[in-house]
Formats: sequence, C-alpha cells, structure tokens
Amino acid sequence: MAINHAEAGSEAQGQTQSAAQSGAQAKVQSVTQSEDQTAAPSEAYHWPDARGHFGPYGGLFVPETLMRPLDELTRAYARYLQDPDFLAELDADLRDYVGRPSPIYHAERWSRELGGAQIFLKREDLNHTGAHKVNNTIGQALLAKRMGKTRIIAETGAGQHGVASATVAARLGLECVVYMGEIDVARQEANVYRMRLLGAQVVAVKSGSRTLKDALNEAMRDWVTNVDNTFYIIGTVAGPHPYPAMVRDFQAVIGREARAQMLERLGRLPDALVACVGGGSNAIGLFYPFLEDAGVELIGVEAAGEGLASGHHAAPLCAGRPGVLHGSRTYLMEDSDGQIIETHSISAGLDYPGVGPEHAWLKDSGRARYVAVTDEEALAAFHTLTRTEGIIPALESSHALAQVAKLAPTLRKDQAILVNLSGRGDKDMHTVAAREGLTL
Amino acid sequence: MSRIAGCFADLAARGRTALIPFVTAGDPDLATTVPLMHAMVAAGADLIELGVPFSDPMADGPVIQRASERALAHHTRLRDVLDMVRKFRERDAATPVILMGYLNPIEILGYAAFAAQASAAGVDGILVVDAPPEESGELVTSLRQAGIDLVYLLAPTSDEARIRTIGAVASGFVYYVSVKGVTGAGHLDLADVDAKLAEIRRLIPLPVGVGFGIKDAETAARVARMADAVIVGSAIVGRIEALTMKPEHIPAAIGDFLAGLRAAIDGADRA
Ligand SMILES: Cc1ncc(COP(=O)(O)O)c(C=O)c1O
Repeated sequence: MAINHAEAGSEAQGQTQSAAQSGAQAKVQSVTQSEDQTAAPSEAYHWPDARGHFGPYGGLFVPETLMRPLDELTRAYARYLQDPDFLAELDADLRDYVGRPSPIYHAERWSRELGGAQIFLKREDLNHTGAHKVNNTIGQALLAKRMGKTRIIAETGAGQHGVASATVAARLGLECVVYMGEIDVARQEANVYRMRLLGAQVVAVKSGSRTLKDALNEAMRDWVTNVDNTFYIIGTVAGPHPYPAMVRDFQAVIGREARAQMLERLGRLPDALVACVGGGSNAIGLFYPFLEDAGVELIGVEAAGEGLASGHHAAPLCAGRPGVLHGSRTYLMEDSDGQIIETHSISAGLDYPGVGPEHAWLKDSGRARYVAVTDEEALAAFHTLTRTEGIIPALESSHALAQVAKLAPTLRKDQAILVNLSGRGDKDMHTVAAREGLTL
Repeated sequence: MSRIAGCFADLAARGRTALIPFVTAGDPDLATTVPLMHAMVAAGADLIELGVPFSDPMADGPVIQRASERALAHHTRLRDVLDMVRKFRERDAATPVILMGYLNPIEILGYAAFAAQASAAGVDGILVVDAPPEESGELVTSLRQAGIDLVYLLAPTSDEARIRTIGAVASGFVYYVSVKGVTGAGHLDLADVDAKLAEIRRLIPLPVGVGFGIKDAETAARVARMADAVIVGSAIVGRIEALTMKPEHIPAAIGDFLAGLRAAIDGADRA
C-alpha cells in the first residue's frame, strides 16, 4: 500500500503540472508521460476533434434545446481541467473517498490452472460502491457543483452507475434522480434499494424495451426539460460530445495507474489488456493510456448473450453496423429499417445496443480488437474466479474474464495479461442464484 | 419556389396564419393515415407534418412515444411512410407535407437515396430532430439537390449565434419550440415566445412556426397573433390514441378538433 500511495502522490503532481497545458488531450497525455519516460510520443492519437468526432464516429446528434447546454459543458470541462483547485479536489476524492489507487493483483492460482500467461487483475471492484463507475461520477459531480447545478440525473442499467451517482449526490447535497428500465429495476433490486437509501429518486422507465437504452432516452427528456438547474451525469463513454471524451478522461485514471503498476512490478508493459464493453467506459479507461504502446494488444469483450448467431445478444461492434443513437454516430444493433433492436445479456450493465464512439473508431482503425462471449461462458468464468481466487466478480467483468480464460492458454508463461475487474459481484447474487434455480 | 415557400407566400398575401397538424404515420394503423391527412386538409390544415416512427424518440413526450410504439408494433417503415405521401398526392397536389423524425432511419437508407425517394413520393420538407446544422452538411446537400426543404428547430436555449447558424442552412420555414421540454410538455409562456420570435425574425427571413405545448383553441389563437404557423401535435395524437379501437372514427374526430382550432386562428387573424 505504501508504494501505491506514493504513486497516487506522483499522479496528483502530474495533474497539477499539466494544468499549464491546454486541453483535455494535453492533460491526459502529460500525466502519462510524467509517470514514465518510456511513453510514446503523443502526436499520433489526437481524437476527438474539436467537434467531438472520432474519425467518422461521435459528434453531436441532439435536439436543438441541448446544443447550447452541451457547448457550455464542453467549455466548463475544458476550463476546469486546467484549474489546479479542481484537479487537486478530484485527486483527493479519488484517494480518500474512492480508495485509489486500486491494486493490481496477480491471480497466480488461476494463471497456473490455465497453464499460460500470467494474469493480473486491476481491482476496480475494490473501489467505494464496488465498481469503476465512481471514478467518473466523482469527476462529473465536482463539475456540476462548479457549474452551479443543484440537481443531477443519471441513467443506469446494472444500477452501479446509479449507485455511484446517488453516492456523490448524497455527499455533495445535490438532488438526484436516477432513470432505470423497469426490467433492470426488477433484476437489480438490491441496487435500487441502495439508491433509495442514499436519497435518490429511482424512476422505473416503462417505455420501449424497458432497459438501459430507454433509461437514457428518459434521462435526455428530463435534461431537455430541466436544463437550467440540472447536470446529466452519463455513466459511460456514449452520448453526445463532450461525454465520450470527458468520461474517458475521468476513467483513464485506471490505465494510468495500471501502466505504472505493471512497469513497477514487471519492469515492462503487459502483452494484452482485456476489458468488458457495455458502453465502453471501463475498457477505454484502461486502454487509453496504452494507445501509443504498439506492443500491447487491446481486447474489448462484448456480450454475446445466447450466442451471436441467435440474434439475442448485445454486441454492436461484433455484429452491428454504424448508425446514430443517443447523440453520436457509432456501431448499433439495429434492423434494416434503422430501428434499434432489443438486446440480451445476462448482465444488465452490458445490455445496451450502442457503444462509445471511440471504440467504433478503435475497431475500424485496427488498434483494438473486439470479441464477444456468451452468458454461459461469462457465468463459468464468474464461478471459476470465485472458487480459484476468492474474488466474486460482477457479471459484466466476468465477460472479460471468460475471454482471458480463452486467451491465457495460447500465450507463454512469461507473458502477461492485465484484465480490468470492473466491479464486484454482490449485486448479481440474485441473478446467479436464479440461473441455478434458487431464490434468495 | 418550393411548395412550402409558395404556401407561406400565399397565406401571407391573404393575412392568414398557417395551421400545421402533426400525426405519426401508421398510428394506429397503416390504413388510417392517408384518409386522416385528407380530413385534416378539409378541416383547415395548410401544411401537414407526418411523424416517421422511431424506436428511441428521445425528444418526444409520452403521447408521441406511444404513437411511435403503436406504429412500430405493425412495422411502419420509412418506405411505408413514403408510400402514404405518394397516395396522398394522388388527390392533393397542393398541401405541403413535411416528414419529422430522427436521423437513423434516414441514415441507414443513405442520404442521397432517401432524398430521391422522398422527392419522388411528393415530400416537401424534412425535419430531423437529432441532426443539428453542425452534423447535417451532407444531408442538406442531398436534400437541396432533390428540391426538398430542410426545416430546423429553434429552442428557448438558442442564442443569437445559433439562430444565425440555423438561418444559414434552413429553408421553407423554421420551427420554434416554445418550451424547454419534450413534445406535449407543460405550458408555454406567451411573453417569452413573443420576445424570442422578435429575435428570430430579426435574424432569419423565413416564416416562423411555433409548436410544443399548444393544446387548445385559445392558445392556438394567441400564438397565431405572433407566429406565421401554429403547430399542434400531442393534442391531436392524444385524441387518436383515445380512438385506437375505432380507427374509422379518427378522420372525422380529428377534423372536428382542427376545425375548432382553425376558427380560433381565423378569429385571431381578423382581429
Ligand atoms: C461492473 C461493471 N462493469 C462494466 C459495466 C459496463 O459499462 P462500461 O462498458 O461503460 O464499462 C458496468 C455497467 O453497469 C458495470 O457495472
């Protein structure tokens, strides 16, 4: 822990130094470089452009009412990213309230059983509230406060982002309304209760497919209506500009820490990074500081549900095509008429028909590779990690673990895989038990 | 001159405010829409806005969301909507028809193909809720080539710079969203609307329609004193919803409702 705290210190310093530089890009890159001299030069990757495009993806596809508020948000974000007080407060909160840096854990027993590469887990499950989501809500809530907003709204699928939003709202004394699809309310009841305990109002969304995408629609409608006093905390790297870039920057603390931790532990970078992809925030948070490290393979894992061939899945990058939804152009699950189709995944947090536009770009540009694993495979990995390492992972994270179980045996024992353990499985007890015919 | 521009020029010459009803195509079924369009024209509609159903209507309130869901329940596709316009045109060559909806169904067809098909069907204007000028350059080009007007929304949050940006690409007319909110939302503040319309008129030479939140004849009459067009959506769609079990009664019922709005607007125009 002592070493980890020292790293947190150097990171805070990196952020403060970067305050002199301009723009979000400069800041994130400079933090990376100040920690490690071997980081590659940063000219190559410069997305998004000024209007929020990642190649042909991203952008600002929203009703006129939101154009000026989004512009105000973009400006405020750019400004506070260079404000030493803001960055110091963010760092202090991440350290003292979230518990960062999160450790890297060498899953020795599981690595041995798989007989290939050494597997390291980035322990986002140990964060306050149990997932990576809080890294982002802390940042956005501080921004909301600085912008003078008194009310925050959020959408949630698994409930992790809703809990993380309700948590920061409670702490800052802000009113909080969380939109959640009716189906998700039923399958994540423990999280619904947590949000209510924290003082948030949870609204069950009954329109459309009654899952995450509909919660997002409803949150957008609320925002259009209450835009003067309300800050919309989007929980993933989707939505209109500046959300994909802003959420990425707040989540990139995962990759910055992990990069330094791996260098310290192994004296080199891992051979592959693996993360699950719902909207894509834990994945981009891990990948982003490694984008210039050509030797590190980046693998995003989507939910194949009952199998890609069944059509019952949530894998837009693997089996969808580009379109426009929720404010940006990206890969979507849609029918031949451009209607969004219903998704399926055992994990509520991956049950979304779109994906962050930066992942669409990383896929097309070939920098990252995207695969999908089924409900069954994810469940098997859930049980394996639980029994082998004594760590109960979230079902979302279990998708990444299932891919690791496939990948590790194909690599040598002196190679290393770093997987983002994005959250813990406490919220999934009911779902897993139900699969085994039990009611808790 | 486009059919929309011609229509507004003609109305202006007669000192008359346009009445523009909105209905969702295919709600409650495919067969009702065309007879409904004719009934609305007979009752005094000057232009018609036809909603293209979309699975994720993020700018719409519950009434129009449910209309979309009803239309999608029997798979009303964009090409079905174009067929309705084609059929409407067999008996009505004069009334401008504007399609209103979201970008994705157009995107998947391809902008150029969509523009060509829409023009061939007799569509006059398109309003894409989630395609601001910043993102609609290619769409504008395709629609212009096909002679179709691109109608844009303006909102209470649109400042002078945005009004100018929109003025530079809009054609036909512009649509002022009178409240911050989704379709069918709360009450509009007429003094605010009046002030904003003055600003818009100073910056954009096109006719200005006002919609969102106009629910009855009285509000329609008051808006008619300020605007070039009164746009009514949720109040109509809500009445359609009440008759989903008796779709054959819909054209007459909506015709009666519009006739009341028309009379109130005409009264305001004469005053
Ligand atoms: C633990 C956990 N991991 C992953 C996700 C998926 O989101 P993202 O792809 O944005 O990381 C969620 C979403 O709820 C989650 O709770």
